[in-house]
This record gives sequence, C-alpha cells and structure tokens, in this order.
Amino acid sequence: MSDTFTLDGKTISFTEGQTIMQAATDAGVYIPHLCYLPELKPHGSCKLCTVKINGRETSSCTMRAAAGMVVESDTEEINSQRRALIHMLFVEGNHLCPTCEVSGNCKLQATAYHLGFMSPQFDHFFPIRRVDASHPDIWLDFNRCILCSLCVQASRDVDGKNVFGLSGRGIKSRLIVNSKSGKLADTDMAVTDKAAQVCPVGVILKKRTAFKTPIGERTYDKKPISEVPDTPAKER
Amino acid sequence: MNTNSIQPEGITGVVDRVVARWRHDPTCMVQILREVQETCDWLPPEAIDRTQELLGVPRTSIEGVAHFYSFFYTQPRGLYRILVSDNITDRMLGNMALLDRLCQSLWVEPGKVSEDGLVSVDTTSDTGMGDQGPALLVNNYAVTRLSEARVDEIVDLVRGKVPLAQWPADYFKVEDNVRRADIMLGHALKPGDALRAAWGRAPAAMLEEIKRSNLRGRGGAGFTTGLKWEACRNAPLKAGQQRIVVCNADEGEPGTFKDRVLLASHADLVFEGMTVAAYAVGATRGFLYLRGEYRHLLDSLNGVLERRRQEGLLGKGILGVPGADFDIEIHLGAGAYICGEESALIESLEGKRGTPRNRPPFPVTNGYQDQPTIVNNVETFAAAALIAVHGGDWYASIGTKQSAGTKILSVSGDCERPGLYEYPFGVTVRQVLEDCGARDTQAVQVSGPSGVCVGAGEFDRRIGFEDIPTAGAFMVFDQSRDMFEVARNFVHFFQHESCGFCTPCRVGTSLLKNMMDKLHKGLGSRFDFAEIEQLNQLLKATSHCGLGHTACNPVLDTVAKFRPAYDQRLRRQDFMPAFDLDMALAEARQMTGRQDSGAHFKTEFGEG
Ligand SMILES: Cc1cc2nc3c(=O)[nH]c(=O)nc-3n(C[C@H](O)[C@H](O)[C@H](O)COP(=O)(O)O)c2cc1C
Ligand code: SF4
Ligand code: SF4
Ligand code: FES
Repeated sequence: MSDTFTLDGKTISFTEGQTIMQAATDAGVYIPHLCYLPELKPHGSCKLCTVKINGRETSSCTMRAAAGMVVESDTEEINSQRRALIHMLFVEGNHLCPTCEVSGNCKLQATAYHLGFMSPQFDHFFPIRRVDASHPDIWLDFNRCILCSLCVQASRDVDGKNVFGLSGRGIKSRLIVNSKSGKLADTDMAVTDKAAQVCPVGVILKKRTAFKTPIGERTYDKKPISEVPDTPAKER
Repeated sequence: MNTNSIQPEGITGVVDRVVARWRHDPTCMVQILREVQETCDWLPPEAIDRTQELLGVPRTSIEGVAHFYSFFYTQPRGLYRILVSDNITDRMLGNMALLDRLCQSLWVEPGKVSEDGLVSVDTTSDTGMGDQGPALLVNNYAVTRLSEARVDEIVDLVRGKVPLAQWPADYFKVEDNVRRADIMLGHALKPGDALRAAWGRAPAAMLEEIKRSNLRGRGGAGFTTGLKWEACRNAPLKAGQQRIVVCNADEGEPGTFKDRVLLASHADLVFEGMTVAAYAVGATRGFLYLRGEYRHLLDSLNGVLERRRQEGLLGKGILGVPGADFDIEIHLGAGAYICGEESALIESLEGKRGTPRNRPPFPVTNGYQDQPTIVNNVETFAAAALIAVHGGDWYASIGTKQSAGTKILSVSGDCERPGLYEYPFGVTVRQVLEDCGARDTQAVQVSGPSGVCVGAGEFDRRIGFEDIPTAGAFMVFDQSRDMFEVARNFVHFFQHESCGFCTPCRVGTSLLKNMMDKLHKGLGSRFDFAEIEQLNQLLKATSHCGLGHTACNPVLDTVAKFRPAYDQRLRRQDFMPAFDLDMALAEARQMTGRQDSGAHFKTEFGEG
C-alpha cells in the first residue's frame, strides 16, 4: 500500500513506516543530511535535514511520513538555517579543508558548497583535540569530528564490535575509543570494518591511501552532493 | 556521608559490593558509579576496569556515562569536593566573594584540586536552596546559609580533615520555609488515606476522576495528566513487559525548590500519588528520579518506602489485595539538568548518558526499557493523591477554568520572606510580591531561565496556563539589579547544561555565551543583537529538545524589556572585534596574581 505527501510541492509516495527522508531519497529528491545513512538507524542529531511539516520544523530523518503532510525543504528560510548549522560544525572543530586529505570526498564540505555557504559569521573555537595514529592501518583525526555517531552505530550494529562511543557533555562532547589506553590500536578495529567506511568527514582515515585520487577528481569535485547517492566511501 | 577510606576492601572490593547491591544490572550504571565514587572519592581507572569486567559492557558505555554527569570524576578531586551553587540568586547574596574567600584560605584555584590533594572548589548549577542561599555542596551534601564566618569554619574543618559526619549538623539543616499553605502543603491526610480512596473505585473510575479534575502537569509543559495516564493504560504490553510509573524529582530549573520540600515533609503524599497512578494505569514498577543535589534526602526517603512496605502500602499485595503489586526504587541523578527532560531521564534510569530521545514514539507507549511509562512531576503526583481522596470535581472547582487546583511557587531573590507559597491558580504577580515582602521590584523571572521575565508594567498578569505558565520558580529582582547580568547568568547555565547531542544547541549555547561575555566586557555592538536574534530563531526551529528551544529566552526577554542594561555596555554602534589587548593580558595577571591598575591597560567595566 502506498500513500503520498508533498515535498516542496512535489508529490512523494511512501510506504507505511518510512521516514520523510527515506521516501524522498527513494523518489530521488535530496534533503541535506550528515548524520543519516540509509543502512543505519537514524540518529537525528546534526539537524541538517530539518524540514517544515505543516509549518513546524522537524528532522526529516526521524519523522515518519504521513498521508497528506505538506513538507517544505528547499526554501531560502530553511537553507539559511542549514548554512548556519554547517557553520557551527565548522567553528566547533578544526577544519582546514585545503590541507585535509578527504577534501573533495567530505560531506560537510560538499554540503556547504551545495548550500552556497560563503561568509563566515561565527568566531572559531579552535578546540584542542588529539590525533591517534596508533593503529597500523587507520588514522583518527579528532579535529574534524562532527559527532554524527555513524561510526558508533556502524561498529555496534554492523560490525558487532563497539569500537567507538560518545563521551563528555555539551560543547565538550567527544568521540572515544573502546580500550583501556583509549588508543585505537588496542581495539579489535579492522580496516575492512563498516565503521571505517562511514565517516562523513575526515576523522577515520585509511593509512597509505591519502592522495590516491588527486584533488579535483574526487566524488564531490565531479558532481554536487545532491546528485551523489549515499554509498560507502570505499565505493565512491 | 564521609570522606572515606577504601581500606580494607580495596577498589575491587568496593566495586564488587556496589555492583552486587545493584543486581549486576548495567541499567543501574549511574547508581553504581555514584556509589563507587561515594566510597572512593572519585572513579579510578581500576574501578572502571572492574565494573567493566563484572558487567561485561563496552568500556565506552561506562566512560561515556562517567564523563556526561558533572558530579562524576575520573580524576582525583580531593577528599572534600566543594561545589558552590551559582544561580543568579546565589550571586545576589554574594556567593562569588565567599568562593574567593574559600579558595584563598584553602590555597586552591577555582576548578582545581589543592596541591596536597585534599580539596577542590568549583561552581555548580543552582542546587535548589534559593530560599536559604548562598549554598554549596560538599561531597554532594547541601550546606545552606553561607556566611563569611561559616566559610572560615569550613576551611578549618577541611584543613583539620574532620570527617563530614562530624561537621556541625546545623550546616546541613535545610528549612522548609512554607509561607503560604493551601490544599497541598496544608493537607491532613494520613498514609494510606488516598490508597483506600482509590481502591474503593475501579482503576478505570480512578482514571476518570483524574480526567474530571482537569489536572495538568506541574513540571512545566502542562500536559493533561488524565490523557497521559490513559494513553499509558491503553498502550499494549509485549510479552514480559510491565507498565512503569516515574516521578520526576530532578527539579533542575534554577530558582525551583518546591519538590525538595514536598519530598522532605510530604513524601507519603507523593508516594501515595505514584501508587494511585500505578493503580489507575495498571503499573507494577515505579521509580523516583531524585536530583543528585538532593542527596541529603535519599536515606530518609528510602526509610519512608521501607515503612510503607511494612504497613502494606507498597510492595506485594497492597492493602492486603492479592495481585495489587507496585514498588518504587529511587535513582539519584549526578548533576545534569537535561535529565529533567522526560526521555533523557528515562535514558539515565537505564544507566546511560542523559540525551533526549527521538520522539515519537513517546514514553507512554515506549518508555523505560521500551515499556509503557508515565513520567510526572512530584507535585503532579501529590495532587493526584488529593484528587483520589476529595474527587475530581472538588479539584476542578479550585483555581481557574484552564488551570485547575493550586500551584506551589518557589519564591527567592529580593524579598523579605523567601520560601514556598501555594496559591490557587490565577493569582497575580503583584499579589505574590506583596505577600513575600518584595519592594521596588524591577522584574520577576517566572519559571526559571526557560520561563519568562515579567517587568513592572506586567505585574497584574496571572499565574496559570492561560497567562503565565510556570514550573514554580519565582525569582524577584529589585531596582538595584542589573538585568543584563541576570540574563548572562542564565545563558551560562544553558551552555553548561546543554547535553551536546544536537548541533544547534551544542554549538549555539556556546556562541551565545561568548556573545554575552563579549557584551559584558564592553566589547559588544548593535551587530551582536542581530546575531542573537538569528541564533534564537535557529535554536527554536532546529533544536532537538526544550533546552535548546528556550536557551535564548532570557536574552530576548531582557533585550526587549530592559534595553538600557544592554545599551550601557555598547561601546560602539556597529561591529566590535572580540580581541582586546587588556583582556589578552588576563592570563598573565592571573599567573602573577596582579590586579593593580598597573597590570591593566585601562579600567574594565566592573564585574557583577
Ligand atoms: C530541559 C528540560 C528540563 C526539564 N526538567 C524538569 C524537571 O526538573 N522536573 C520536571 O518535573 N519536569 C521537567 N521537565 C519536563 C519533563 O520533560 C516532563 O514534561 C514532565 O516531567 C512531565 O510531568 P508533568 O506532566 O507532571 O509536568 C523538563 C523539560 C525539559 C525540556
Ligand atoms: S568520527 Fe566521523 S563518523 Fe564518527 S562521530 Fe565523528 S564524524 Fe561521525
Ligand atoms: S537541544 Fe540541547 S539539550 Fe536538547 S538534545 Fe539538543 S543539545 Fe541536548
Ligand atoms: S540527518 Fe537528520 S538530524 Fe542529521
């Protein structure tokens, strides 16, 4: 059985239990998002996917679709809120795109381009964060973590390992690793784990692959993020 | 209540004992860590190792919890851990000068541990003693009515390493300060009265009575209690599930302290209300989630529960009726305002980080461990017990049309008689001010930082869901107060308490705090108002829960109503950079201990 709602005036059909995000994705309509991946349980924390349903803002990745909903997404009002959220994510971490090895493959950067993010508005926090190079095959650069929790879920729900977890509170929230030493080398993480493929930014990096694909030929160099379906990074 | 020694058990022994006491149940993680810390003074790595071994959970889920709650320490914090309550009302009573005095006498910097490892001193969010501040917590026990003399005595006790149990009992005395009692604070019910009245009806009829009373939740949102209970009662149970009743005693909204008094002096009424609820919805398990700041109430509350079990008012076969089973367990919080939000509270009850859940589904269908759950405020349950005895029509006849019954206000700030005032709904702000002996009042912050700031022109407005809804706080500010500093204190509160789950609130509350601090230092411009307005829109529109939705309220309210307080801080009309040469020297001044004029480039605006 299939019902419909409208998204920016376009009729979208959905099946019982689908979220607005899922139905929109199936219909080929892009709603900006960072903490959502089709194969994982929605987390609902980045708020980039905020839409207006019958005039009220809601996260489209967690809200179930219902027949007759009137959903707005690609409006100047909402996009300017999304730009502010993107900017918040930039200032709370340390993102130096020109020197970052995932530049061009990064969803944060690509979403910023898509939304036409330009002038900086907020002052940077310049937090002091660590890098963990202990693992033979994987780097962790926490400077870029946006706390989307995708790696936490992938490790727990797909890999069955619990390598990552969230810790701290408020602006001091941070990602931690499941070992006494706090080092990735002391976990059972493998480079083939799902958790190593899901990071939307440049925190979980495979060693010795950094500039294999030259800048300019990367995923979002070629196509805007709105036209690239969500696939694991290794397939990009 | 002790600065304990872990001998002869050793850390492993302590953990073994505590984990066994909590049934090896990882959902009791917050309670386990709390009790381990009560003995060990902090959470040493060996304690975390052992907890992990015994519970078999990922280490991240222990560390994630330990680092979420303000009262857990994964670094040594001394035998005496002093936290000075830092609500605006404590500030008005001079808590900062007392903090300085404490730190200087003890040779310790705020936020740090003394070099000998004996004591740490820091600030904490409002501890719920607004009627008898300034207040502090020492090893989570409340000390009230601080004065210079009391601070000096505390310094001597700490230096002499006197165990907390031997400190003068007077320090820990918490007064009720009931100034006006009505149907609730003046009730004459005896334990069991409400239960017998409830059991005299069928459960569905009891629920009807609650619906007829028009009772609405007292925790702030004002949801109709009867509808919530009905939804829980009608929610289907899966195999092995039961319905759950949770009493929200997190009372974290700064300026609120009425639940403290209800639990200190009317605990039977509250537990009775919970049991009436259990009867009406068909629940068999209950929790009281008590804020960590009210540690001093825990033992007596457990005593009341035990007495009720012995009297046949709780446990198996209540009132001798076979199958009438309901019991209550108390969980203590550990310094996290967000755990007052009902879904975060449930996460905390499950032993996790207190982050609000995605809703729907709501707790009434998918609450504690995915079971149908009602969460209600302490005062709501107390009202339910009264309704069981006197009936719904009686209750609905008190107060106003949309706001049935009475409301207990926690009055603090600039007035002669701070304390609790219970009124039928509909009372004017002016009446309350008159009764509490407030003079020259400039403003009242109703319902705490997330509520509204009421200016002098609005004192004829009424307390009630029709006009000014409130969770109970009523903070009075006279003409001498700087309303900008009030707002800045509240903004600091929200920044400290944001759980960090969602982007807008995690980052937005920090941005807002930075802006208010910039204005405070005289570095603000009109440009910042536009920025604050924009942030407000963003937080209202995109935040995950009520904390983010209301975090900008105090600033917007005071900008709208007390603009001169802001204007006097503006140096220039437009953009001002956040960098200031003199400020940049602050760290050097702190290191050298200099505050003389030669250590400054120019005079700063005064603090406070
Ligand atoms: C940030 C936040 C903090 C809250 N703190 C409390 C609290 O301390 N006590 C309380 O009863 N309700 C608090 N609430 C409201 C609860 O989520 C919930 O609505 C309430 O406990 C329901 O009980 P009631 O219907 O009896 O009011 C808070 C809500 C939010 C968003
Ligand atoms: S490391 Fe990457 S995937 Fe994990 S929480 Fe941070 S940003 Fe998300
Ligand atoms: S609004 Fe604030 S407190 Fe609420 S979920 Fe988001 S970060 Fe946490
Ligand atoms: S994608 Fe929906 S909140 Fe992040």
